Amino acid sequence: MTIATDKSTASSGTQAGQWMRAYRQMVSIRMFEEQVNELYTRALMPGLAHLYIGEEAVAVGICETLRADDYITSTHRGHGHCLAKGASPDRMFAELLGKKAGYCKGKGGSMHIADPATGNLGANAIVAGSVGIATGAALSAKRLGTDRVAVCFFGEGALGQGVLYEVMNVASLWKLPVIYVCENNLYTEYTHYTETTAGDIPARAAAFGLQAEAADGQDVRAVYATASRLVDRARRGGGPSFLVCNTYRYTGHHVGDINREYYRSKEEEKLWKTERDPIKLLADWLVEQGFADSAQFSTIQSEVESEMKKAVEFAVAAPYPGVAEVEQDVYA
Amino acid sequence: MPDAITRELSFGQAVREALAEEMRRDSRVCIFGEDVAEAGTPFKVLSGLVEEFGTERVLDTPISEAGFTGIAVGAAMTGLRPVVDIMFGDFITLTMDQMVNQAAKVHYMSGGAWKVPMVMRTTLGATRRSGAQHSQSLHAWFSHVPGLKVVMPSTPYDAKGLLKTAIRDENPVVFFEDKMMYTKLKGPVPAEEYTIPFGVADVKRVGRDITLVGTSSMVQVALGAASLLEEIGVSAEVVDPRTMWPLDEKALIDSAKKTSRVIVIDEGYERYGVTAEIAAVIAEGAFYNLDAPVKRMGAMHIPIPFSPPLEDATVPTEKSVFEVARKLCGRT
Repeated sequence: MTIATDKSTASSGTQAGQWMRAYRQMVSIRMFEEQVNELYTRALMPGLAHLYIGEEAVAVGICETLRADDYITSTHRGHGHCLAKGASPDRMFAELLGKKAGYCKGKGGSMHIADPATGNLGANAIVAGSVGIATGAALSAKRLGTDRVAVCFFGEGALGQGVLYEVMNVASLWKLPVIYVCENNLYTEYTHYTETTAGDIPARAAAFGLQAEAADGQDVRAVYATASRLVDRARRGGGPSFLVCNTYRYTGHHVGDINREYYRSKEEEKLWKTERDPIKLLADWLVEQGFADSAQFSTIQSEVESEMKKAVEFAVAAPYPGVAEVEQDVYA
Repeated sequence: MPDAITRELSFGQAVREALAEEMRRDSRVCIFGEDVAEAGTPFKVLSGLVEEFGTERVLDTPISEAGFTGIAVGAAMTGLRPVVDIMFGDFITLTMDQMVNQAAKVHYMSGGAWKVPMVMRTTLGATRRSGAQHSQSLHAWFSHVPGLKVVMPSTPYDAKGLLKTAIRDENPVVFFEDKMMYTKLKGPVPAEEYTIPFGVADVKRVGRDITLVGTSSMVQVALGAASLLEEIGVSAEVVDPRTMWPLDEKALIDSAKKTSRVIVIDEGYERYGVTAEIAAVIAEGAFYNLDAPVKRMGAMHIPIPFSPPLEDATVPTEKSVFEVARKLCGRT
């Protein structure tokens, strides 16, 4: 394996390492979600499963800019955010299966993964349900004099909720270190967002005085570049910002959403998967730069595959919580 | 408590003193809400706090109840101890998602990983000629939700001791203050430090023949009715649960067993209200000792009207409680 001589400087070596790590993370999220799909369709996973496949560059591009002690809040489609912020797949799978070893002792499930150790304030199954929580975490950071920031992930469907505008207004007035990340995957459940969203999306945030930007959500480097600026700005006391990442959900709103022709065409799905795939786009760039070759990608694929397999095995074998656990944790 | 150090404070002064003492004790305690700083709220309960603690800790918010309640949830999870002020209890409707789906569930959903030590202070009570949207007593709604604690002080002494406990509690606590008591009700409050534990009822008057269970201002109504009953030779015991949850079931049942007759009086709606829960607890726990069905007296099942004679007819009074008690005791 060779590395192009003109790229083999210390800084490009660091860069190569960074983007290879991002590549591995995106592959991990995708394979995690493929396992979720498998577990769900084999009826091993109860409840609901909302897959993040296709949107990996957003979670990875954003979380690569964050420190371990920075905060995130996530959504019903949150597995990618949790993994990108540092959650480990075995305890994630265990939570998805309702096992005691899960991040929430099995009490949260797929839509409620939370983990103080990685700054994950929790995934939230109410659309826009976590916007107040993220803003409050930013208030704490400012008041307590830490230089932490909070990132609030939500889909474009949350643009319909009034509470988002209430908290953006406060965040701007109080100059809070929070970044609102809108993942526009084009579909609010089963409805194209243009049918539910009037006007220009970043303009909504700009009207409150937030720094408002847009990024190509399939390009992890573009997401990272923009997010880095906004996170750094927030950390230095520059105030809140809003970043819309334009992306695409490859699969249905949830695993059971199979027949989707009534709201989007198969041609459209195929186009995104072949032309705009975030993992493929990064791989192409890495090869182009001479940072990696296909053999390295294959190695990563097989390593991650075996990691995911082990994680699933752990979760499947893990015990359920005892019934006595049901009344624990109602009150602190 | 020795007389020498016992002062008289109004209900509002007792609330303010509790907040000031807790803010001096713990720099993490902060207040936010509408017009809480220089205005000290329309009821002037918070007057003077911003002068002592500054606008960093007493924060005026926009008129965004959902937004700032959500921010309080996140701030509480990450190191602050917010006390939010919801000016009129009617406005809790605007905070329901934040309180019911977020604050109440964070601890449980996260398997105990996160906690939400926040207080929501709000008001209840009719007869202020404020119309249907500024007069309701909606504490039953929050009492229905696991994960929340609900406090209803009836005297200045209880208000101060219970509010201090609420601020020190690790859970979301909703604290209902009857706005008619802020200036009108005065009572002894010791200058020394004290707190009152949750889930401990207080017998406000000892009696033999009938138990009057009252909440918030209805404790004062029950005490007035007890004086009227004494004139006709009926000895009434007045029991104040003080917290709707946790509920001191034993104290309620013990009093009912002793007197054999019970009226439960509350200013919330009678149908599906807290009177129904308390009556059921007593009926189940003291069934073989009761000489009459447990009676409930709450607000009439109508929107609160504006016109004074109409409004006065909607809530229990000393006279109406006296009449029901008299009949229940078989006096003519």
